[in-house]
Amino acid sequence: MAQVSGGVADDVRFVAKTDYLKTLSNLRTEGFEMCVDLTAVDYLTHPGRTIAPEVADQISLERFEVVVNLLSLSQRRRVRLRVQISESDAIIDSAFDLYPGTEAMEREVFDMFGIKFSGHPDLTRILMPEDWQGHPLRKDYASGNIPVQFKGAAS
Amino acid sequence: MTTTENPTNSGSAEVAAAGTSEGRQELQLRKDISTKEILRGSGAVLRMSESEVAALAGTQSEDQTMIINMGPQHPSTHGVLRLMLELNGETVLRCKPVIGYLHTGMEKTGESLTFMQGATNVTRMDYASPLNNELVFAMTTEKLLGIDQDIPERAVWIRMLLSELNRISSHLLFLATNGMDIGAVSMMLYGFREREEVLRFFQKVTGLRMNHNFIRPGGVAADLPAGWRDEVLNLLEALPKRLAEYEILMTGQPIWRERLQGVGVITRDEAIALSATGPILRSTGFSWDLRRDMPYLRYDKVEFDVIVGSYGDAFDRYSIRLNEIRESMRIVGQVLDAMPQGDYRIQDKKVTPPPRGRIDESMEALIHHFKIFTEGFKVPEGEAYVAIESPRGEIACYIASDGSSTPYRMHVRAPSFINIQTMPLMMRGGLVADAVAVISSVDPVLGEVDR
Repeated sequence: MAQVSGGVADDVRFVAKTDYLKTLSNLRTEGFEMCVDLTAVDYLTHPGRTIAPEVADQISLERFEVVVNLLSLSQRRRVRLRVQISESDAIIDSAFDLYPGTEAMEREVFDMFGIKFSGHPDLTRILMPEDWQGHPLRKDYASGNIPVQFKGAAS
Repeated sequence: MTTTENPTNSGSAEVAAAGTSEGRQELQLRKDISTKEILRGSGAVLRMSESEVAALAGTQSEDQTMIINMGPQHPSTHGVLRLMLELNGETVLRCKPVIGYLHTGMEKTGESLTFMQGATNVTRMDYASPLNNELVFAMTTEKLLGIDQDIPERAVWIRMLLSELNRISSHLLFLATNGMDIGAVSMMLYGFREREEVLRFFQKVTGLRMNHNFIRPGGVAADLPAGWRDEVLNLLEALPKRLAEYEILMTGQPIWRERLQGVGVITRDEAIALSATGPILRSTGFSWDLRRDMPYLRYDKVEFDVIVGSYGDAFDRYSIRLNEIRESMRIVGQVLDAMPQGDYRIQDKKVTPPPRGRIDESMEALIHHFKIFTEGFKVPEGEAYVAIESPRGEIACYIASDGSSTPYRMHVRAPSFINIQTMPLMMRGGLVADAVAVISSVDPVLGEVDR
């Protein structure tokens, strides 16, 4: 599916969670050598999102979406995969064995969204402290409700 | 909302007892972790031979090794990078970067800033090449707006000029810090001195030395000031002599070569597997530069060479950056010749505020100006990913918009964040002193790593 926004259309594909690894390995053999970016979006407050009409009835939209950008160095092209992740089952296979470079990116997504990656060798928080509660980039994570305390300040 | 997160930083008693320990984030003892994790740190996932894997797994007993911290306050860690090293004597067996000390939630902040204000946020990520950050953010927004083909020629060329000068200043900073890390302290003074010349030009153009907020959706904030051409020409005239000095000071120097050659070696396949881009990928001999291979702006109109190395070591990465300064100067020279006249921002009332002169005479213009700077402009629903070549590799911005004037989700693919994954591989088997050379040759900017 090609999404037209701007002058050059991106190659965007929607992938079911169960086909995720299979699609990745197919794309890898197709020549997409590098997983250049892996991130996620929390569509809690914007459940309807831009989706081409021809695929709209084939996928069920979920709260989270993992977005994977692959790059083919030999063919000089990119492809973007969008995978729907439900809130109740926020877990997806890790792409680590196919693309070891996703190690830090998957940890970041886990840290920021709480999406788990099964098969990841070291799924710990990467940016937030180990004992942090909650996942900051979720839309229901209220920013600014932690009272800031200044030690030794006159109150 | 079915689940409500409780974002308190209260911390369990177990963690509190451990003091400053961050638990599982740290490098674990061999007995506490799976073989897979050990092998990952050793690079086994990158297609090692079976015999090499067998030799690595379980050969080191714990009593011969120790785990030490390097950073986050170590001067050679370029900020607040913390490395946990497992050492056997002086030899690094495993390494794990622990990051997040500079994390300020910039991607979250980006969700509450309008597209007009967003540049002020992204420019602070990679503070050594702020203009490239602004550029990629502006280009993504323009793509969502559908105006990416309508940016005036002059704005595009100004963007190219600034982007290349920023590459020069960033690489000069690399030369400075690299020199300092390896022990050539005078190089630090020279590098910072020359970088300052470039920053002085930036100050003249944008008003600030860093964090410019100059490249904005729709074009740039202002036209180039009078006399800019002479300033650039002065730079182009002064730099080659200085670069020749660096060559004498470092490139041919035996100590310098001894410290860098054969240190931190990475192969092409390893770099690709670890998603490393920029000088790290190019040092392996793989010629990949988005400016040439997936041209943006008008890079297809200028002539330049992509510098590649051959051994994938720290010396290659040093000389790649040194020579990329020369290539950037070549591009800047061509930009000077090609700089067209015309508008410096798009004349689209939706994204461009009215000129200052109109505000004085027209109430509508004043209202329009006020609305753009307070409410911002609405960006159509959609999502876009745009990547450009920053001095450190592929920097990209992914924005999902819900049709409002703030991004629904703003993600920056930070090259430093990805590139530091290559450190454990490059340090394995080297000495602690070489670890410093490796960190330096990756050239991470921690503001971008942690965002």
